[in-house]
Amino acid sequence: MKSTRKAYGETLVVLGEEDKDVVVLDADLASATQTSMYKNKFPERHINVGIAEQDLVGTASGLALMGKKVYASTFAVFLTGRAYEQIRNTVAYNNLPVKLCATHAGLTVGEDGASHQMLEDIALMRVIPNMTVLSPADEIATKKIIRDIKDYNGPVYVRLGRSDVPAIYTNAEEFEIGKSIVHGDGIDAVVFATGYTVHIALEAMKELKQNKINIKVVDIYSIKPLDKETIISSAKEAKRIITIEEHNIIGGMGSAICEVLSELLPRQVIRIGVEDKFGKSGSAKAVMEKYKITKERIIEEVLK
Amino acid sequence: MEKLQDICKEIRRNIVEMVNSAKSGHIGGSMSSVELMVALYHNVMDLNTNENGRIDKFILSKGHASPVYYAVLASKRYIDKKELLTFRKIDSNLEGHPSIKTNGVDVSSGSLGQGLSIANGMALAKKLDDKPGYVYCLMGDGELEEGQIWEAAMTASQYKLDNLIAFVDYNGLQIDGALSEVASPEPIDKKFEAFGFNVITTNGHEIEDIIDSINNIKNLKNSKPSVLILNTIKGKGISFIEGDYRYHGKALSDEEYIRATKELA
Repeated sequence: MKSTRKAYGETLVVLGEEDKDVVVLDADLASATQTSMYKNKFPERHINVGIAEQDLVGTASGLALMGKKVYASTFAVFLTGRAYEQIRNTVAYNNLPVKLCATHAGLTVGEDGASHQMLEDIALMRVIPNMTVLSPADEIATKKIIRDIKDYNGPVYVRLGRSDVPAIYTNAEEFEIGKSIVHGDGIDAVVFATGYTVHIALEAMKELKQNKINIKVVDIYSIKPLDKETIISSAKEAKRIITIEEHNIIGGMGSAICEVLSELLPRQVIRIGVEDKFGKSGSAKAVMEKYKITKERIIEEVLK
Repeated sequence: MEKLQDICKEIRRNIVEMVNSAKSGHIGGSMSSVELMVALYHNVMDLNTNENGRIDKFILSKGHASPVYYAVLASKRYIDKKELLTFRKIDSNLEGHPSIKTNGVDVSSGSLGQGLSIANGMALAKKLDDKPGYVYCLMGDGELEEGQIWEAAMTASQYKLDNLIAFVDYNGLQIDGALSEVASPEPIDKKFEAFGFNVITTNGHEIEDIIDSINNIKNLKNSKPSVLILNTIKGKGISFIEGDYRYHGKALSDEEYIRATKELA
């Protein structure tokens, strides 16, 4: 068990050792986003702009324009919300290689509650031209993705979480931008999941299998660009199509899947997520249960 | 200096021609920045290049002054003078507000308040690599109402960015009227001082004073970022629009265009 934010922090330290052009920025949340690990090792290449997210994004852009490989972090709600227009007009319009790595995305922030649980970031980021949107499910996915984007020539948004998640992948797995990873080969249903909800979907798959119901889970770690080919091929043979995410069902990964299917393979899609509401304080588990983003909910939808 | 003043005259004519050709664009704040822009590109800046592009960087944070920017870039042959009349037209390389796609433009701008942060990032990168050169950033006075400017001012000071020189085109007017009647950021000098900047004020239409002021700033060497406040007149050079906020962002009428051309001849 490890949070994707912790995996992020650990990877930065490795990258900082390998490449002196790696610069990490934070906005007074280094101990929470885990960039503090990098700060301790490379203080001169860790820029803390203070509680100033708009300046965070602008400063990151200036560094990127000078050839630096810039990772900028704060909580998802502040990065994609407070600094939205800076991301649009400075990072994306200039097509700058800034890696926007936001932690504390989704409901699993838990106790801090609605003001800190970002449920609209996927929607906000995926509508911006030039932007790539990635959402890793576990430690290894995070480590590989954070490494792979170091030399990527364009803006990337990476959605990271606060809560621990179980290990899903081994080091042999590759996470290419624009691809996805298929788990299982059942056709009773296909569940498209992303980030924290991937392990939930895998648990549902396991439980259903005991009752001889076989589903497939597709890890949509690359929300933009989407792996259209796999989405179509797995939806085509599945009896039911379900999406699950800790994000508003409006504009999120489920919406992105619907956009693809409505054009290429019109089918009914059940979207599990936050139904156009704000979040709520509570333990991560309790909040996810309250909003019915659970293994039980997947099973219920598959059996309907 | 006489030569630079001649260039200023030509730039002013270019601005009027561009905005007239596009029938839109920002004359007032372009005219007030002419002397600074000519001083920078024809005297102050090191325009030689290294692996990060030009050694000295310039960011037009008040991106709506694109006419003066393009005219000055054309005077240094970054863009073809003939291209100036395509300003703001479909298929043109000259966007309404500066785009990184235009040769010579270091970064897109136009959404106010963002330039100083970008300049900080560039100045930080130079510091990290011990690279030479300065980063220059031109802001509007009304633009100082954007909160991000003051976030960036704190960062510049915190990181001792003495390779950053900011400018404020202090013409006293914004779209809706005088600064004092809208949401005044004044006193501008005292604010920047309080944020840890060296602050120098000069006449923004005296090119020699501008150059001297920049050289004085470079000699300070006190580990502080600097701002040069330029006292200017919006619409400078066209008598009937000088100091009139209504000419912030509109083209001249046919009649006004003829009058302006005569005055600038």
